[in-house]
Order: sequence, then structure tokens, then C-alpha cells
Amino acid sequence: MPPIEVIGHQLAEALNRYSADYIEARLEQSQTSHITYRGRELESIGRATTIGGNVRAMIRGGWSFVSFNNLSNLPGRVELAVKQAQFAGNKESKLAAVKPVVDTVLSETDKNPVTMPLAEKKQLLDEYNALIWHTPKLQTSIIGYGDSHKKVIFASSSGSYIEQERSDITLRLSAIATEGNEVQQVALSLGSSGDFSSIQGLHQQVEQMARRAVELLSAPQVKGGEYTVVLDPVLAGVFTHEAFGHLSEADFVYENDRLREIMTLGKKFGSSELNIVDSATIAGLRGSYKYDDEGVPATKTYLIREGKLVGRLHSRETAARMKEKPTGNARAINYRYPPIVRMTNTYIEPGSASFDDIIGDTKEGIYAKNWYGGTTSMEMFTFSAGEAYMIRHGKLAEALRPVVLTGNVFVTLNHIDAIGNDLKMNQGGGCGKGEQVPLPVSNGSPHIRIRHCLVGGR
Amino acid sequence: MENILTQAKRVAEEAEVFMVTSEETPVQFEANHLKHIQSKQNSSIALRIIRQGRIGYATTTEPSNYQSLVNNAVETAHFGMPAKFELPPPTSYPPVEAYDPDVESVSVEEMIRLGEELIATVRGHTPDIVCEAEVTKGVISIRIINSRGGQANYRKSIFSLGIEGNLIHNTDILFVGESESSCHPLLESKAVAQAVLHQLELAKNRAEVSSQPLPVIFTPNGVASALILPLMTAFNGKTVLEGASPIGNRLGQQVFDKKLWLWDDPTIAYCPGSRPCDDEGTPSQRTPLIEQGKVAHFLYDLQTAALAHTRSTGNGSRSRGGLPAPSPTAFIIAPGTTTLDDMVNDIKQGLVIEHLMGAGQGNILGGDFSGNVLLGYKVESGKIVGRVKDTMVSGNIYQLLKQITAIGSDVKWVGGFLQTPHIYCPRLSVASKG
Repeated sequence: MPPIEVIGHQLAEALNRYSADYIEARLEQSQTSHITYRGRELESIGRATTIGGNVRAMIRGGWSFVSFNNLSNLPGRVELAVKQAQFAGNKESKLAAVKPVVDTVLSETDKNPVTMPLAEKKQLLDEYNALIWHTPKLQTSIIGYGDSHKKVIFASSSGSYIEQERSDITLRLSAIATEGNEVQQVALSLGSSGDFSSIQGLHQQVEQMARRAVELLSAPQVKGGEYTVVLDPVLAGVFTHEAFGHLSEADFVYENDRLREIMTLGKKFGSSELNIVDSATIAGLRGSYKYDDEGVPATKTYLIREGKLVGRLHSRETAARMKEKPTGNARAINYRYPPIVRMTNTYIEPGSASFDDIIGDTKEGIYAKNWYGGTTSMEMFTFSAGEAYMIRHGKLAEALRPVVLTGNVFVTLNHIDAIGNDLKMNQGGGCGKGEQVPLPVSNGSPHIRIRHCLVGGR
Repeated sequence: MENILTQAKRVAEEAEVFMVTSEETPVQFEANHLKHIQSKQNSSIALRIIRQGRIGYATTTEPSNYQSLVNNAVETAHFGMPAKFELPPPTSYPPVEAYDPDVESVSVEEMIRLGEELIATVRGHTPDIVCEAEVTKGVISIRIINSRGGQANYRKSIFSLGIEGNLIHNTDILFVGESESSCHPLLESKAVAQAVLHQLELAKNRAEVSSQPLPVIFTPNGVASALILPLMTAFNGKTVLEGASPIGNRLGQQVFDKKLWLWDDPTIAYCPGSRPCDDEGTPSQRTPLIEQGKVAHFLYDLQTAALAHTRSTGNGSRSRGGLPAPSPTAFIIAPGTTTLDDMVNDIKQGLVIEHLMGAGQGNILGGDFSGNVLLGYKVESGKIVGRVKDTMVSGNIYQLLKQITAIGSDVKWVGGFLQTPHIYCPRLSVASKG
């Protein structure tokens, strides 16, 4: 097979031979490797290579999307895309204008993590696993490591031709402790945009995680109800992503008149100290890139500024339909999916309070730390903490079983009454929307305090 | 494929080549209108080898590039897990019907018509609702060959129909939704539409519950969103082998209520989870998991079964191109004898849970679940009185399913992977803002 660059130019040419309101194509070549452990033993180790592509066409406002990994008949794929789009369209096509771009973007890291010898990667995971197993009462461990290196070529009928490379690394470690019929687990999620050294040297953190899983066996479960909750930067980052970030994705809003009313720019969501940002332009973060999957340059977008809704995340289509500026947030997890509006690196900007002030000023509440998971349905969200402690009379008190918090975004952001000065970004995990999961993102926040938060419990 | 097997046999004691190809056509509606027509062609090849007693593994989408596939598998085999199993020799497979040629011949126009009809019915009932719908057809082909002469291949067709609607009033958002899938074409949208209309009717009024333990009825969708994930994890042979399953050492013991029966069954004709063999070429079988509340069996693939000194149950599945691992195909919970009306009539104050959001985030291994009631109704003096909001429930499936008040006489398929009746439990912790 000819190199992907050659096929890219053939595909770009094929686009010009067909007529639609807009046509774009992506070609993707990727290598990945993974290593997983369950218990003491390595469970699975593997390497994969993938090549594939897609064509997306728009006619009269309707989209068609054709994906394939058989590259033998590219004009045929373009033809099918155009034919299907004719079925789908019944109104006017609208896409925000962007300047055509011709560019080549190399990966941020010069060392491709995938081609590193597997022995080196395994060595590090062996060290972490040994530490977990060193902990008494520990039942088992689960470790999942994955890396990828991708080259994506984007071509559009408006004349863009972009080659982008990117790398990604994820690592998730879980320690599981049991006693009698009780099972407890604590996990650590890490990631980087290809720099292997960022997951090295975490021995102390891994040891702590394992000890905590054992400690949870004897921790009490909190009683369900309303609490004042202090979130650490990791969990507050997840909260920002789940509770507010998804709601600011314009594809949820742009064709829903009622939701558009609720999400009118200028509406007050929180105190004047609250600023929420999504930015793909910060070097070294997993959610960063130079161009999105529609060839639109990445931007830094304020979603909330001084407590007011000031912006949202757009694809070219949602921006045009809402008469706002494109933000370069259309992303696809791989060539098998069309780009949809996604977050990149989402965070609450730091305020002025120190962590000690926030806890010291809390009479009774829960200090919830670390990420376990989160999900949202626009209005309602839930997210779960990996660790939790009672706060009594301004001091951290006994450890609790992990807690699940839930709330209503329109109310909860208004209940944030303290924002710390210690912003930290969390690179672990990934974001899911529709079938497209996990997409590399990061999120972050300083410590924050929320009043009247609903906590599940017995 | 034969080429790859031949090459691999030169460098390894055993080898297995697994190939999956699929063609899928989703037709998507957004904001009540047709938005997106997709067509997706996909194929990939996975090579598993046993070299010097260890498992090596690699995948590719380029069959022509078999040399690098074999090299990658050899590199990973240096570190791979010691292989404890033997690949299946030639064998016969149960006749499991999972392919209907009529699925492929459903036209895109017909799929558009179905989606439009579905949305029109729901909007005819509630004009302000904003709907997303998806109609999908697809065909998957699987072929497996191994160095012991074992080989299997089958085709499967899938057709699915789904709708989600949101109804916004001020900042209150009501979510409703339903879906159906089959290996046959689903050319009638009525059943799915009716289920959504029923949800809209029940949710018309708002009702408040107090924070206290309450009796709860899980609808089939509610069972799927709240209770199934911890069960799937607990019955996974791998979890059991690691000693992390709370029921791992309780085979034959009474762990659940006597009314509860659960099995895994990939042999039901024309169900999306059905197949004649698993992804390792082990023949499919129906495996009882809970019989009269007693733990009956766990689910195994070849390697896990060998480590646990038992036989594979034909549950080796490959997700996202990974090595085979034990995974359920279709969970079937047996119906009971109580009607839904009788359950509701029995409750003075309680909840009906249709969709629990975020239940999969807690300590699943321990059986804990906790989530926001995204769609649920309050029962008052034997009647459903309205929809609850800002309400969270928390519990533990081992405590909850130890004592079940009643199991429904009706059963329903949820998402093609679960068939279940309503389940009525005496008490569950509820926290609510009203």
C-alpha cells in the first residue's frame, strides 16, 4: 500500500470531482499498545495498527458520513457520501466561515510512546503492582496502561489540507481490599499527551492508594442527605466537566428553543468569583491540539466569566446556526465517527482562598476527593468521589466510604461559596458522549466549597 | 487469514486468527428532524499465538501487512501470560439463528420513514417535546481459525430502533426514552412509541418524596440501569478467580431471594446477543447463574476456566479488539407471578424507578449502587401519582435482592442484552430535595 500521505492527496482530489454544499475527508493511521494486569500477573499485552478513513458530506443541511478501512475505492466512498446526503437534507446548509488551512503539525513529544520497547513499560508497571501487593489485606489489583500515536490527514472541499500527529498515554491503577463480605477499591487515573516520564516516579502515590483501599474497609457510610461539600481539585474538575461543561456544548442547545432560552448568554450562573474556561491551546495537556477535526484552529473560550454565561463550545454548524463564532471544538474519537462538539481542557480559574481557610471555615460537611466517575443529563448530574472525610468544626475528621454527589446544575453553581487559589489540572480518564468514548480531555479546578449538595447514603 | 495462520505457525506452537467484518447504517434524527445518514464499513484481524508457553497478541486492519502482525504478536509473547488452555479442535456448533437477510434489504427510505413515524407519534401526544431518534441496520461476520484445525464462522444481522425525548419547562427537564433491537427488521414503531407515551403520561404531574427508606419497584429499564452491572461483575469468572467477587466462594449457597432465577443465554433465536460460538470458537450454551436464589455457576472463557480448573462456558468475548475475556451475552431473569398493578397497589408510599443515572460509579464489586432518579414515579396509597425529581437512591444489591417482595409476571427485553420482569423490593434508602 502507498504511504498515507499519497492516499491523502488522492482523496483530496476525489473530493473535488463531486458536488455537495460541503465535503470533507479524514484519513487516520494509528499504532497503539496496551498492557493490563489483573492481580499479580500480567493479563494482556498487545499491539495494534489501524488505518482507515471517512468522508462527510452536507447537502441542504443534511449530513452523510461514510467510514471505511478498506482504502481501495476512495471515489466510490465519496460518491456514496454525496448520494446519502441528498436523502438527509431538507433545509439550507449553514457552516461558519473559516479560512482554509494548509499545515503540518508534528507531535508535541519527540519520543513516540508506542514504539518504546514493551519491556520498559512493563518494568514500571511491575514496580507499581509490587507496591500495591505489598499492602496487607489487599485482595487484588487492576492496572490498565494504553498508549497511542496517530497521524490524521484532513482535507475539505473548501481547500484545507492538514496533517496532524498526536500521542496519548493513559494509566489507571486500582487496588481492591476485602474482609469477609466487604469489598472496597481505590483507583488512580493518570494520563499525558505522549510524555512517558509523566507517569513515572509515582511510587509513593500508588502505595498510598493501596493503603487507602484497606482503610475504607473499616470506614462508615455517610447518611444520605444535604451537606456542605468541599471538593479537591480533581473532583472539582470532574464536577466542572460534568455539571457545566456538557451543557455548554452547543449541539445540545442549538436546535432546542427552550434550552436556548435557558442558556441565553449573560445569564447568571454563579457568584462573581466564578470563571470557567475551556481551552485547547495549553501546551502539554491531553485535550490540546492546533486544529479540530473540522480544520478549525483551537481557541480559549470563557464559558462563565464573573458568574455569567458568556460563551459555549461550537462546531462550524452550531456556530453558524446560533450566529456565534466557531471555537474549534468539533472532535471525533477516531475515523469511524463524525466530529461532534466536545470539550478539551476545562477548568475553574483560581480564586483567593487557601485550602486551610476553606476547611477552617466549614462547621460540618464532607471533604470529597479524587475521581471515580461522573455523568450528566444536562440538568441533573452525578459524580462520585474516590475518597471522603467528614469535616467537623473546621477540621478534617474520620474517613467515610466513597460518596456519590448529585445536583441540578442551575442551582448548584450558585451554591459555590468558596474558590481556592490552588488550580490543578487532572489528566486522567476520558470523556464519553454518545458512542465516542474515551476522548482525551483534561479538567481542573482549585479546591471549591458547595453548600446544600445532595449526597447519597444509607 | 490462512496465510497469517501459516506464518504464525512457523514461529509459535499454537495460533488463532480471528476476523470480524461489519457493515452498519445508522440513520439519525436530531431535534425532531432527519440529520445524519451514516454508513460504516469495518474489518479487523486479531492474531493470538502461544509461543514458548506464553500468549502473544496483535491486531491490524490491514490483512496484507501480515508480517508486521506476526512480529508484533511475537514481541508481546515475551511478556504474555502463560497459556493454560488449549484452543478448541474441530467441533460442531448448536444451530443458533442470528441472521435475517431481510435486514440488509431494508432501504434507507424505509428507515427514514420509521424514524419520522416514531417522532410524529410522540409529538402528536406532546407537541413541545424535542426528540432524537436512531434507526440502525447492520451485519456482522465472524470467522475464527486455529492451529488445531478448529474453525467457526457465522453472520449476524442487527436492527434497532430508539428514541429519546426531552421536555423542558423553565429549567426543569424531563427525559423519556425507549429502544428495541432484534436480528429481524423492526418495521413497526408502535411498541417503542407507546412505551414513551406511557412514560409521558405517568410523568405529567410532579410529586414529592421524603428522605427515608421506601419500598421500590424497578421497571425492566430500572433493573438494567441500577442492578445489572454489579451482577455482571460478580458472576464474571475472572472476578471470582481473583477472589474479588462477594459470591465467589458461595457456589450452591442461598445468597438471593428464593424467587430469583438468572441465566446467561446466547442461544435464543434472533436476539442481538445470540451466537453459535464465542469469540474463541467455544460452542454457545445456556448457563444458569442463580437458581431459586442459590449461586449456580460463573461465566468463563478458555484461559480463566483453565486457571479455575473448570470448563469454558462459551463466554469469551473480545471488546474493542482486546484479548478474549469472560463477558455475559444475554442475561435472562425469570418472570414471577405478580402483576405490576398488584405491586403498585401494595405500596402506601414508595417509588417506581425507570431510569437511575450514575449507578455504575460506586463500589460495584461490593454490590453498592447509588444514583439520581432520572425518571421515576412516586406511589401513594396504591397509585402512581407523578414524577419525582432531585431524588437519589442508594443501596447494595446483595441486601436488596436477598429479600424481594415480588417479581413481575411480565418480561421485557432491554437493549438486547437483558430480559427481565419488574422487581419489587421492600426498602431502599431515598434522599430527596422534594
